[in-house]
Amino acid sequence: MARNKVTPGVLASFEHIDVACDTIRTLRAKGRKDITVFYSHPSHELEEACGHSVSPVRLFTLIGGLTGTIAAFAMQIWMNRNWPLLVGGKPIVAIPAFVVIGFELTVLIGALSTLFGVFFLSMTLRHKGVTYDGRFSDDRIGVFVPAGPEQALALEKMFRDAGAVEVQRAA
Amino acid sequence: MAVIAQPPPTQTHADVTRDVVGTLSPATRGYTLMLFGAVGLFLVGVVTFTLILRDGLGLAGYQPPIFWSVFITTFVFWVGIGHAGTLISAILFLFRSPWRTAVYRATEAMTVFAVMTAGLFPIIHIGRQWVFYWLLPYPNQRYLWPNFKSPLVWDVFAIGTYLTVSTLFLIFGLIPDVAAVRDKMSGWRKQVYGALSLHWQGSDNQWRHYSRAYLYMAALATPLVLSVHSVVSWDFASSLIPGWHGTIFAPYFVAGAIYSGVGMVLTLLIPLRRYLKLEHMIGDYHFDNMSKLTLFTGTILLYAYGMEYFVAWYSGNTFEQTTFWRRAFGPQWWGGWTMIICNAFVSQLLWFRKIRTNLTSLFVISIFINIGMWFERYVIIVSSLSNDYVPYAWDIMTPTWADWGILAGSFGWFGMWFLLFAKNFPIVAIQEIKEFIPMPRKHAAHTGHH
Repeated sequence: MARNKVTPGVLASFEHIDVACDTIRTLRAKGRKDITVFYSHPSHELEEACGHSVSPVRLFTLIGGLTGTIAAFAMQIWMNRNWPLLVGGKPIVAIPAFVVIGFELTVLIGALSTLFGVFFLSMTLRHKGVTYDGRFSDDRIGVFVPAGPEQALALEKMFRDAGAVEVQRAA
Repeated sequence: MAVIAQPPPTQTHADVTRDVVGTLSPATRGYTLMLFGAVGLFLVGVVTFTLILRDGLGLAGYQPPIFWSVFITTFVFWVGIGHAGTLISAILFLFRSPWRTAVYRATEAMTVFAVMTAGLFPIIHIGRQWVFYWLLPYPNQRYLWPNFKSPLVWDVFAIGTYLTVSTLFLIFGLIPDVAAVRDKMSGWRKQVYGALSLHWQGSDNQWRHYSRAYLYMAALATPLVLSVHSVVSWDFASSLIPGWHGTIFAPYFVAGAIYSGVGMVLTLLIPLRRYLKLEHMIGDYHFDNMSKLTLFTGTILLYAYGMEYFVAWYSGNTFEQTTFWRRAFGPQWWGGWTMIICNAFVSQLLWFRKIRTNLTSLFVISIFINIGMWFERYVIIVSSLSNDYVPYAWDIMTPTWADWGILAGSFGWFGMWFLLFAKNFPIVAIQEIKEFIPMPRKHAAHTGHH
């Protein structure tokens, strides 16, 4: 992370989930939309406090899955017509026999596309240079707000008053 | 049936991280011995395979008309083992079953390594292993495309998809946990785990997409679990061999696969929880639930075995009747009875709670399950091929040292990967365990949140 430029701001650390959620809601009520919250495991309470809409990753799953289905049937139909060979008395284009590979490729391309979606949408965070603390993967909740020196003092005070157990400035 | 309630969480979030990261500490003597044992067995397999490469498949016990025998038996056995992992990690995730959290990572790893093991067998089984790539579906020299109406081609796609998706599912689930390990490490280990975690930081934006994606991956993997062994069963059922040509095969194979998979989970987890000091995380509650799953699938097998014999008798088809008569009273009766006793009857002992919560008896039962399920595939494959429509061609086969050497090697290969994984990656899912532990609050919780 050292090679990335650090975004100036204030990083607060919380032990209590209710305190962290209240602080996030207060910041959002003040119009801050650039908050980054760190936590160790999926939490509905924190997700609600952050106020995100449903992830668009589902579109990647849907489009990937449909691509797999169409590609599988198109491949099998084209290959069977390209070199027609009667097998077991079945028609050249035997749709029921193609369902298995149609299903498998739906799942395969759907899963690959879902993972691509996650990485495309969210795995570039570290390049933004947001300050991070290793305790956030353990038992702390982190709230980072980008701020210049003039705003940082007020934010530090706000975090301390709210009940943050640790407040540090990133510059 | 008595239910063991989910024990209330006694650990904090920090305890969970500490305990799971603690499993990555230097190996105990017991672990090292198990690893050496696995590597030793693997080397037996390597030597046997080298001799097969040099001298040919004649070293194995193939005997006309039995050209599918121990290698294909072992292939189906390992594919079956691979079923419990994704069942527990994906299907039980969708059902929000809380007992899966402590055990699903181990079962998922087991799945990946079992399917990796299974993938070796088509290569070992073919006569000229150096042209193994002919198994892949691509046009041959006459530009003839693969036969997409053949179950064997379906199988290539089914196993390939299952291996890919279950591996991705395992790696995807590992990302936040590997990041938690990274944050507890220092020096080069921190660098390595940092790279493996893809520099995950657990930000709100990451969790938002990650949680949704995990749900969709589970939804995609769920029908996949049920489809894979169905497709494997069609390798047999869509042929005309007596004993194979049955519509019951797909559900019968899927139930058997889950049964064998949970059996192998028990075989692995009972010693491993002791060597990795995870007794407080994987306890009676988890073993009780796994036992009930074993009992359920074992009972389906009891029904399926009974139904196979009933249909053979009721059909009035001489060939079917002969095949099933010979399974029970023919020259290889011992295989047929081993399968029925180990699978259909031993599993019924799990009706008793005392047995479900006694780890010694559970471990012994799990060994019977492993043996029984290997024999199930042996009986289905070998006994059916040994007596088809022409009694003149009937014969029996006896496995040779080469068959047993490859079988032993497959256990070594699987065990080696599993043990290496258990010592280098979190074998218990840190983030999912934490989900079930309430986070500390300063004020009493108010309603409206969950």
